[in-house]
Amino acid sequence: MAKHTLVALVEDKPGVLNRVASLFRRRGFNIDSIAVGHTEMSGLSRMTIIVDGTVASVEQVRKQLDKLIDVVRVSDITDDSTIARELALIKVKATPATRSEIIQVVDIFRANIVDVATDSVTVEVTGDEDKIDSLFRLLKGFGIREVARTGRIAMTRGVAGPLTVDEAKPLREAPRAKRVKSTDEISNL
Amino acid sequence: MKLNGAQILCESLIKEGVDTMFGFPGGAVLPFYDILPEYPQLRHILVRHEQGAAHAADGYARASGKVGVCVATSGPGATNLVTGIAAAYLDSAPMVAITGQVARPFIGKDAFQEIDITGITLPITKHNYLVMRAEDIATVVKEAFHIAREGRPGPVLIDIPRDVFIEEAEFRYPDRLNLRGHRPTIQGHPAQVKKAAKLINEAKRPVIIAGRGVIISGACSQLKELAEKGQIPVVNTLLGLGSFPQSHVLSFGMLGMHGAACANLAVDAADLIIAIGMRFDDRATAKVSGFAPHAQIIHIDIDPAEIGKNIRVDVPIVGDVAQVLAALNKQVTSQSRVDWISQIEEWQREHPSTTIRETESLLPQYVIRQIYETTGGNTIIVTGVGQHQMWSAHYFQYERPNTLISSGGLGPMGFELPAAVGAKVACPEETVWCIAGDGGFQMTIQELATIVQENLAVKIAIINNRFLGMVRQWQQLFYQRRYVATPLSGPDFVKVAEAYGIAALKVTDRLQVIPAIEQAMEHQGPFLIDFVVEPEENVYPMVPPGAALAEIIEEQREEVGAR
Repeated sequence: MAKHTLVALVEDKPGVLNRVASLFRRRGFNIDSIAVGHTEMSGLSRMTIIVDGTVASVEQVRKQLDKLIDVVRVSDITDDSTIARELALIKVKATPATRSEIIQVVDIFRANIVDVATDSVTVEVTGDEDKIDSLFRLLKGFGIREVARTGRIAMTRGVAGPLTVDEAKPLREAPRAKRVKSTDEISNL
Repeated sequence: MKLNGAQILCESLIKEGVDTMFGFPGGAVLPFYDILPEYPQLRHILVRHEQGAAHAADGYARASGKVGVCVATSGPGATNLVTGIAAAYLDSAPMVAITGQVARPFIGKDAFQEIDITGITLPITKHNYLVMRAEDIATVVKEAFHIAREGRPGPVLIDIPRDVFIEEAEFRYPDRLNLRGHRPTIQGHPAQVKKAAKLINEAKRPVIIAGRGVIISGACSQLKELAEKGQIPVVNTLLGLGSFPQSHVLSFGMLGMHGAACANLAVDAADLIIAIGMRFDDRATAKVSGFAPHAQIIHIDIDPAEIGKNIRVDVPIVGDVAQVLAALNKQVTSQSRVDWISQIEEWQREHPSTTIRETESLLPQYVIRQIYETTGGNTIIVTGVGQHQMWSAHYFQYERPNTLISSGGLGPMGFELPAAVGAKVACPEETVWCIAGDGGFQMTIQELATIVQENLAVKIAIINNRFLGMVRQWQQLFYQRRYVATPLSGPDFVKVAEAYGIAALKVTDRLQVIPAIEQAMEHQGPFLIDFVVEPEENVYPMVPPGAALAEIIEEQREEVGAR
């Protein structure tokens, strides 16, 4: 069992996240983290999914993912040379006595203070999980109020990645906003 | 051309070559039904329960190779389809299910007869759609039929809100698809084909396991060429029966939990398994760690996710079975393999798995064998699930593809009657025998009315043992004969049939069997025979759950003679 990094290009449509998440659930996998966002191509989103499993079982779930019609491409980049990052916001209890010490720790980690209040500071940190975990441990001594983490996003190094789309295919036009009648104007059944 | 959503749906279905639908109306699909008289080329067959619509579409698809279409309304109509959609999904039958949905403004409000059917069918469809604009219907229908039939076939569901059926839009049927996420691999990788050919040419004891993929792909002649050229024995999965003529000297029957002993022993002793269009279901492999322990395994399948899912594979080939076999056959050398084949023939003689005891009482095996003898095997057999299904697999010889229609993956009791409706509609010129158990028959018995209304000459044989027989067999063998909830009363099936307007006979004596079957065959129109058989007959051979394929329990016999 080891952590695997899957990256997927998916159609930017309603319900796609549900299709992907539901597939992991019914095949008996736990998702450690999942991060979704737009890509350079309109109509396509990119997912980075971290999942625990043996090589064979993760390969099985990768192939099952690839069968989903809304999944355009999916690749396990665990063994590739990759850049992986996660972003975390950490709200730390701060008093006038501890504030400068917190700032020192934050500086060492090249993190940023993004909000200051009378009794807390909020730190923004970007890096791999180890870096965020280390900073978290150091800040724990001051008292953690709240943490939000994005989950890992990852990309292979070099020019062409496994998800690179060779040719720009025509994309379906985005749904136009259209007025739908309200429940008052239309009866049910 | 401006049309409303319902008209666009009908036009699109016609473009896809649809001429028959199985369905049941309701509030949310009323606008669609309302428009149907404008399209007389679309035949709608009214079922008596939506589960019947889905099974009938499935039976239609399996008998014809075309996409089966079923229609239901929102809420309970849609949920009633679920069992049938799941059955089609697990057996890779091409199907498009169309459901009505509550009008758009009501979605998400728990409105009357609202259910999230796209959510419910997520794990049992290849893909599904909730169509929110009438102008999307044509594209969605085109995609749905493409997805349902291309690659590994399966069901696709289209959910259409009531007001989308009414909304007007410009109709233009798209001539191109834009499905970036659906590109099945058709050609096998040449290097893999070469590796497979080398293994086949070097093997001493190869066995082919042919599944339903061979039938779907239309690869029966390529399979025959491979078997004959390499003199390789062929065994079938349940759903693969018919892919290779069983009268052929190289055919050794079905493998698996209730497989023929010689088929299981051959797989157990093989040094090479060539698995073609099958997915190593647990009912076929028995205990995975004990499956083909001496063999290397070649696995040919169009679905890459099946490779290595259940069984380790040495040479996987992803591609369309017909294409892969055509490439493979060019590289396979002619061989005789006399010793290996005579070894399996010897096992076949030592373990005559399909002989029938001489008894006074009426044996179910005898009934099914006589349907085979009387029809000359020239019929489509549609079964339910359970003992009669296994006997129908054993006591029939399947010579042609799509002549056995049976649910292998999901195993829903009650499949038989509606699936037989679908098969008969698809193949009106063929004789269709529905072989049912008395348990499963009572699950979808209402489709007798569909048969009458559509005047479908389906012949029905109920193997009536007054038990849920397969469950009772497990209770006998593994639960010390504690027959809990398996003794089963039923109606007088002859009276029931007659009440529906179907001619029927009850048979209790073996001497009546052949005349009854002959009478059913001669009768114009549907006919039902209630065969009251020996109640505690078991299906043998059997590999107990958790055991390996070669650990076969056989029927106790006073004398095991030659075949």
